[in-house]
Amino acid sequence: MSTASPTRPGGLPSPPGRPANKAAEARRPRADRRAWGAFALLAGPMLIGLGVFKYVAIGWSFLLSLSEARGTIALGHWVGLANYQTLLSAAAFRDSLLQILLFTLFIVPVTFAGSLGLALLVHRIRRGRAVLRTAFLIPAAVSYVAASLLWKMCLFNGLPSGIANMIGSWFGMSAVPWIQSTHPPLYWIVLVTMRLWLQVGFYMVLFLAGLQGIPRDVYEAAALDGATGLRLLRRITLPMLRNTSVAVLMLQFIAAFQAFDEFYNLFSSGLSGTGTAPVQTPLVYLYNTAMGDQDYGLGSAGAFVLTALIVGVTLIQGRITGFGRNEG
Amino acid sequence: MSGMTTRQALRIARRPVRGLVAGLLMVVFLTPFYLMLRNALMDTKGLTSPHWTWWPSTMHWGNFTALFSDPTLHMGQALGNSLLIAGITAPVSTLLASAAGYALARIPVPGRGVVLALVVATLMIPGSVTFVPTFVVVGSLGGINTLWGIIAPGLFNPFAVLLFRNFYLQFPSEIEEAGRLDGLGWFGLYRRIALPSSGAMLASLGALSFIDSWNAFLWPLVVGQDPSAWTAQIALSTFLTSQTINLPGLFAGAVVTVTPLVVMFLIAQRYIVEGIATSGLKG
Repeated sequence: MSTASPTRPGGLPSPPGRPANKAAEARRPRADRRAWGAFALLAGPMLIGLGVFKYVAIGWSFLLSLSEARGTIALGHWVGLANYQTLLSAAAFRDSLLQILLFTLFIVPVTFAGSLGLALLVHRIRRGRAVLRTAFLIPAAVSYVAASLLWKMCLFNGLPSGIANMIGSWFGMSAVPWIQSTHPPLYWIVLVTMRLWLQVGFYMVLFLAGLQGIPRDVYEAAALDGATGLRLLRRITLPMLRNTSVAVLMLQFIAAFQAFDEFYNLFSSGLSGTGTAPVQTPLVYLYNTAMGDQDYGLGSAGAFVLTALIVGVTLIQGRITGFGRNEG
Repeated sequence: MSGMTTRQALRIARRPVRGLVAGLLMVVFLTPFYLMLRNALMDTKGLTSPHWTWWPSTMHWGNFTALFSDPTLHMGQALGNSLLIAGITAPVSTLLASAAGYALARIPVPGRGVVLALVVATLMIPGSVTFVPTFVVVGSLGGINTLWGIIAPGLFNPFAVLLFRNFYLQFPSEIEEAGRLDGLGWFGLYRRIALPSSGAMLASLGALSFIDSWNAFLWPLVVGQDPSAWTAQIALSTFLTSQTINLPGLFAGAVVTVTPLVVMFLIAQRYIVEGIATSGLKG
């Protein structure tokens, strides 16, 4: 098929001899049928896909959230807001919201500071910068499943041969079951170090791009005024990284709030599933509700509550930072 | 004057300290890779022994062959599935986004603004949370336990559409004007001029899409319960959460699922870094 030939009004490819005068018409683009044809051809597949997998999915699921739908995705058994009531009064769900809030409050500042620190370090080093950047970024190629395996079975293995326990033994500490310890909740260390290792390089790249966007003469002017070290960082570097910081914070928040993979793989066991896990995220709860109990009504309600939470926080964050941007 | 010299002295002293910190951090970041490889080549006795070994004196390559000969793991098929899924998702999703981005940037049809708004609106929907709605649709289309069921929802990435739209908005129109004089229509302009000039963008977003697709966990777990539809991540996760603990085998499994991506990462690093930078900053 000659993909280059313009289509006739009927939508069929025009025969080879004709394009010349057709092209002359197209020189002044009008909203004609040929433009429509090309638009449909190029954007159509994407629009149909988004329509089916986003709009139809969300619409159907919203109706399911108002129905009793156990073991079926058929509509018809309307129960109003009962699913939402069940969900919000379930202690396990509310607890999972609290846990994910804690997790987010832990992981977002730590990753933010870590990735900014790494970027500042890598940015200032001249020799070997590319090697360093690769070393910090390459964990981003590792899946949460593989990282969970490494953290659970090697680094934080409860046996004395686990790496953390071995290092602890040099300082006279006895072996600790890191993942199973709830008093104190040592599993947080496992969760936070793992996500940090996996993600910090990704956000470092964002900060590095931001740092490269700061013009040199801004620094030179400030240096002439006698500003150095920390003052340069506070007065120039950080304000100039404002937009990057806002983007990084939003991406981190959205990612942390949807945490699932590491919680599933660190805590679940073949016999009890995630039943004995010390901590459940909302997504783990939703997974158990929709896939375990096959309660698609309740699962849909959960998807809407969580989406509303994420969209709400993102909008608030965008509004606050949007106001800030006008000020300077 | 003396302030000047102490400051200079500090600056000079800081350089090796910075290098040392960077070097130490690099070792910390690479340690898990070393441990994974070392453990995959050891035997259970050596792994659980309290005596540290830097590198196994005899390499237990059998851990890898056992991985593929164990019929309950389905590791070979799972790796093949992952390769197929990521290999289709990366180019197709990137091409679809590029085509839609071009149409939204360039082709003047009435109502284009509304279409753009409809695409942007889907950006608000967080990805993983909506696995229940997506499951409902894919399930009703008969996509449970099929590879296309795993692939299909990932082909439509509204964020990539916007990135491509921005890219084509900045594309110099003189080049297209020349193409138009040569008799190209809108589709021809995209196919012959815009698309061939988007190589770097296609490579960047394609590489990121491949990584995401290969490492995806929740969606393949939801849709591909049957071993025939397992991806490498699901096979590894099933192995990890199963009752029999076979430590060297687990690490061999991790090596096998991580290595393809690490290799790709090293080859396509330039594009991956570019992709992260563009997609993060415009988002």
